[in-house]
Amino acid sequence: MTNATHPVPPALERMLTPTLALGVGALAVCGLGAMQSVEQFLRSYLFAFFFWVSVPIGALGLLMIQHLSGGRWGALLRRFFEAWSRTLPFALVLFLPVLLGYAKIYPWAHPAEGDRIVAHKALYLNGAFWIGRAVFYFALWSLFAWLFSKWSAEQDRDGLTPRLSSNYQALGGGGLVALVLSVSFASIDWGMSLNPHWFSTIYGVIYLVGAAMAVMALSIVLLARFAHDEPFLHVVRKDTIHDLGKLLFAFNMLWAYTNLSQFLIIWSGNLPEEIPFYLARVNGAWGALGLFVVLFHFVVPYAILLSRDVKRSLRLLAPVAGWLVLMRLVDTYWMIGPDLAGHHGAESAAFHPHWMDVLAPLGLGALFVHLFLRQLKSRPLVPQHEAELEPEAAHAAPAHA
Amino acid sequence: MSALYGLMAEFDDPKAVVEAAEAARMAGYRKMDAYSPYPIEALSEALALPKSHVAKICLAGGIFGLAAGYGLQYWSSVIEYPMNIGGRPFHSWVAFIPPAYETTILFAAFSAVLGMLALNGLPQPYHPVFNVPAFAGASRDKFFLCIEAEDPLFDVEKTRAFLAAQPGVAAVEEVQP
Repeated sequence: MTNATHPVPPALERMLTPTLALGVGALAVCGLGAMQSVEQFLRSYLFAFFFWVSVPIGALGLLMIQHLSGGRWGALLRRFFEAWSRTLPFALVLFLPVLLGYAKIYPWAHPAEGDRIVAHKALYLNGAFWIGRAVFYFALWSLFAWLFSKWSAEQDRDGLTPRLSSNYQALGGGGLVALVLSVSFASIDWGMSLNPHWFSTIYGVIYLVGAAMAVMALSIVLLARFAHDEPFLHVVRKDTIHDLGKLLFAFNMLWAYTNLSQFLIIWSGNLPEEIPFYLARVNGAWGALGLFVVLFHFVVPYAILLSRDVKRSLRLLAPVAGWLVLMRLVDTYWMIGPDLAGHHGAESAAFHPHWMDVLAPLGLGALFVHLFLRQLKSRPLVPQHEAELEPEAAHAAPAHA
Repeated sequence: MSALYGLMAEFDDPKAVVEAAEAARMAGYRKMDAYSPYPIEALSEALALPKSHVAKICLAGGIFGLAAGYGLQYWSSVIEYPMNIGGRPFHSWVAFIPPAYETTILFAAFSAVLGMLALNGLPQPYHPVFNVPAFAGASRDKFFLCIEAEDPLFDVEKTRAFLAAQPGVAAVEEVQP
């Protein structure tokens, strides 16, 4: 399927087989775990999926944003974002275990006797509608991904025509509205409805910001592996790395901002229908994990990323970004873990991580990265006919034109 | 004629001034500055300007603002005027965060601006470079490189010849002090 007329970094080729092997292997072991306990498998798998699907979703969002904002950082990572977004149709296939076994993990599938609140929500939270919505989300996102990639291929062939440019902007703007709404609903369906009594209107925003941050961090890690080979060798510039570092820093601040907003409002209100979410998460072992996330997702990376030297060097920035990918995963565990374990608002939820909580994200992540790399390899790794990446613009160009 | 402030070369093209600055640094000149209508990142690198201290001043201001904002709330809500509001603890640190964040930004921003002005030596009512009539173009479409007489390598004739030999140079003029 690849007639590689474009240069592909050897590091990419080297990663293809190990990621596939790790992904299939780890998920196969989780399959054995499913024979022991289907429920535990589904819980661990949903946690892994909820995190990893945020990467292509975030990529689709950043793809739209960079078509609207322009900028060299977006041109440099456009193929990354496009390749990630083309993994979304595969993500629906990878979601199948949850689609088939949702009734075993979502409490609204079997509301307790006399639970009138959940009974009232049955019109929205019922299996058929829930599955239908999931299929719809993936169909919509895949359509967006397909259109952007199609136009991008046309630009590679014919250059940036006015028609393409207006297509990019129309779908970038309109699509962003549809994306934010659909991702908000998806995060409520997949994450928030694990506790059907609880609600937070900022949940979707928190998920989206985390998604954008995850894909930005992961892209920096992967770019650092490819940067010394063609076609990146001559297009990766210090000031563009600086921009990526600044964006990562800003996404981390936005993540903290949205999370603090939710915490501050629920903490101030202290209402019985809202506060159980935090009661389950600030006491005992879950509380320790939450403190760990605050310190090592936000405070320490924030202090490190204040440094201009770190943001301008891929060698220094990549480890920070890699750490932040891991922290995104840990934060996702803290967000949905207590509800997955079935502790809806207990004073302190039991903390029993399962080995599949480690193996499922590892396997699913390797598989997603493998799919991404295959998509990335199938086209030139940097956009062709892209004014931002022309070497002419490189030297002595105004830094803030 | 009194001693010169320096010699100034005029360029029409941003690339030319960057290349000239690089050449001057290679030739050993250190006391020099370049002027452009807009920021050119490559020019700062070509001049090998030392790192600015504004970032450190800004950080110090931010930390002071954080401590001051949080301290003010702690002092008023816990020490001087403890009041029971909705049964919450006096030291309601969650509610203290937004104002403390705002004072952090406030002091960081003021420190950055005032620190920048102080380090720039602004306001500065007089600067010799304006004695060159063509220098008005530095805020429109011209680029200038000025090698100052304080530089140990500075020699009116040699430095003038050096600047005049740079590709793309439009004129070399003496800067009166």
